[in-house]
Amino acid sequence: MSRADANANVAANVASGLARRARWRPGEIVFWVVVILALIALPSRALLINEIAILALFALSLDLVLGYAGIVSLGHAAFFGTGAYLAGLLTKNGIPDPLIGLAICGVVAGALGLATSLLVLRGSDLTRLMVTLGVALVLGEIANQATSITGGADGLQGVSPGAVLGLFAFDIFGRTASLYSTAVLFAMFLIARCIVNSPFGLSLRSIRDNPLRAAAIGIPVSGRLIAVYGIGAAYAGVAGALLAQTTQFVSLDVFDFNRSADVLLVLIIGGTGYLYGGLVGAAVFRVLQDLIATLTPQHWLFWIGALLVALVLVRRDRLQRYAQAGASIIAGRLGLGRGHGALRRHAPGEGP
Amino acid sequence: MLTILFDGIAYGMLLFVLACGLAVTLGLMNFVNLAHGAFAMLGGYVTVLMMEKLGAPFLVTLPCAFLAAAALGLVLERALYRHLYRRSHLDQVLFSIGIVFMAVSATDYFLGSEQRIIKLPAYLQGRVEVLGVSIGIYRAFIIVICGLIAVALQLILARTRFGSRLRAAVDDPRVAQGLGIDVNTVFAVTFAAGCGLAGLGGALGAEILGLDPIFPLKFMIYFLIVVTVGGTSSITGPFIASLILGIADVAGKYYVPAFGAFVIYTVMIVILILRPQGLMARAR
Repeated sequence: MSRADANANVAANVASGLARRARWRPGEIVFWVVVILALIALPSRALLINEIAILALFALSLDLVLGYAGIVSLGHAAFFGTGAYLAGLLTKNGIPDPLIGLAICGVVAGALGLATSLLVLRGSDLTRLMVTLGVALVLGEIANQATSITGGADGLQGVSPGAVLGLFAFDIFGRTASLYSTAVLFAMFLIARCIVNSPFGLSLRSIRDNPLRAAAIGIPVSGRLIAVYGIGAAYAGVAGALLAQTTQFVSLDVFDFNRSADVLLVLIIGGTGYLYGGLVGAAVFRVLQDLIATLTPQHWLFWIGALLVALVLVRRDRLQRYAQAGASIIAGRLGLGRGHGALRRHAPGEGP
Repeated sequence: MLTILFDGIAYGMLLFVLACGLAVTLGLMNFVNLAHGAFAMLGGYVTVLMMEKLGAPFLVTLPCAFLAAAALGLVLERALYRHLYRRSHLDQVLFSIGIVFMAVSATDYFLGSEQRIIKLPAYLQGRVEVLGVSIGIYRAFIIVICGLIAVALQLILARTRFGSRLRAAVDDPRVAQGLGIDVNTVFAVTFAAGCGLAGLGGALGAEILGLDPIFPLKFMIYFLIVVTVGGTSSITGPFIASLILGIADVAGKYYVPAFGAFVIYTVMIVILILRPQGLMARAR
């Protein structure tokens, strides 16, 4: 067999493997059906669903950066906050259309991500933690000081976005908001799904698992990391913009350290590196938060902390395996066939 | 001008004592412990409560603050932290953020959320004029104590048997174990000492930095800046870094108050761009 033939063979193998991976599995379809049912069946919880959708999108953006590319970030709120403030300012200054606002916020946050990626990709994990944290703090401080533009500590008030597509105006019960956010989440999810199932996504995973080898087989490591960091930042910016448009208020806490820590926790609850982690985690997190808040309103923070410690101590990889085993048993009982593989994280050794 | 410099140095020295425990756990033991500030807060509260409830003199409470924080550090290290030495940085970050949140919330619950004020003894209050520079006595006191601690630490790490055992245990735990060094004990003692120093720093700093339940979150970034900017391979690096940070922060707040916290974050980012491994790093 000639070299050209072998190359063509490999390319065909990879392509078919990627195609197999990109196929929709029954578990995924069930997931989105449940989401739609929740939207229809729980109109009284529309505000909560809206929050979950935004948090899920934010966690999805962190999953792209952390779960797929392995970049540890403590300051992901930087992009979320940028998106939120920008969206608020856009509606106040002559561009009330929410979708155009989203697009602009995504692009600007992504550009900011690209710009700061040059700082983030230097040095070790520790330096990354610090620089991401530092960028979020600097932006938060800018928002705090630029009182004339952002309203400073009072927050940005009077954000009033126009109707979505010119048809659906935002109402106080959050009906439009929840539908709008969920639709945006779904659209962004589809794009993310294409990204991670492309050769680009495959190269990211190999960088995460072993940067040295990835570089050795010719993957431009830093270029790919910069690209995915920019994409993640754009996603976070859109999530922030959604928050500003649907709650019609922006305050300084969008840049808070707690926000970056929360989204990490969300992702850890759901599991990293398979896209659904952020979505599942966001739902679990918000519902938990609601439950605990009704029991002990003031000490939510304590229980978050306890949960984090417990999650780390029992080893999240082990938890993930149990969850998968449980899911596959249930799927097997229901006769869903190969459905159990749907939400599974692909082990490094396995592949096309 | 010189007064600002002096205050900055005192502030920097204080940061050094607070952060040097972190420099050891992070730099030598390679453990990202964001919960370091919680131990400092414990020390601060020990001092405040002993002075309020028992009427203990300030100087007596300082060693108690050290011991309390060290004891808690030892217990936590044996019970929880040691399981995480070999885990990924992400796990360590999550774990220690969890500890911070619990500490903040528990302190709020038991001790109230208001800012605590320390009443210094009379002989540490006031200012004196030395060569035309007005010097706060308490700040001079801090500089002396922290300076002594820094020198002692450097000597212990570089000159004593314990220091060389620690460095050996860090470089290669397995070989060190094989040579008969009790690696677990060395790590535990080091961790406890680092926490104890944080407690001492918290007690000393309660007057300057303020003390309330969100202390660990508020100053976490400062500690991390000291350690990352200073580099994690020696004591000298963090020492210089904390002096720079202290002076930059005090001067920044004095000359350009509108820019607030910008100054230190910008300094940090610039230094990290120029020297990603820290100021005094040797290649690892």
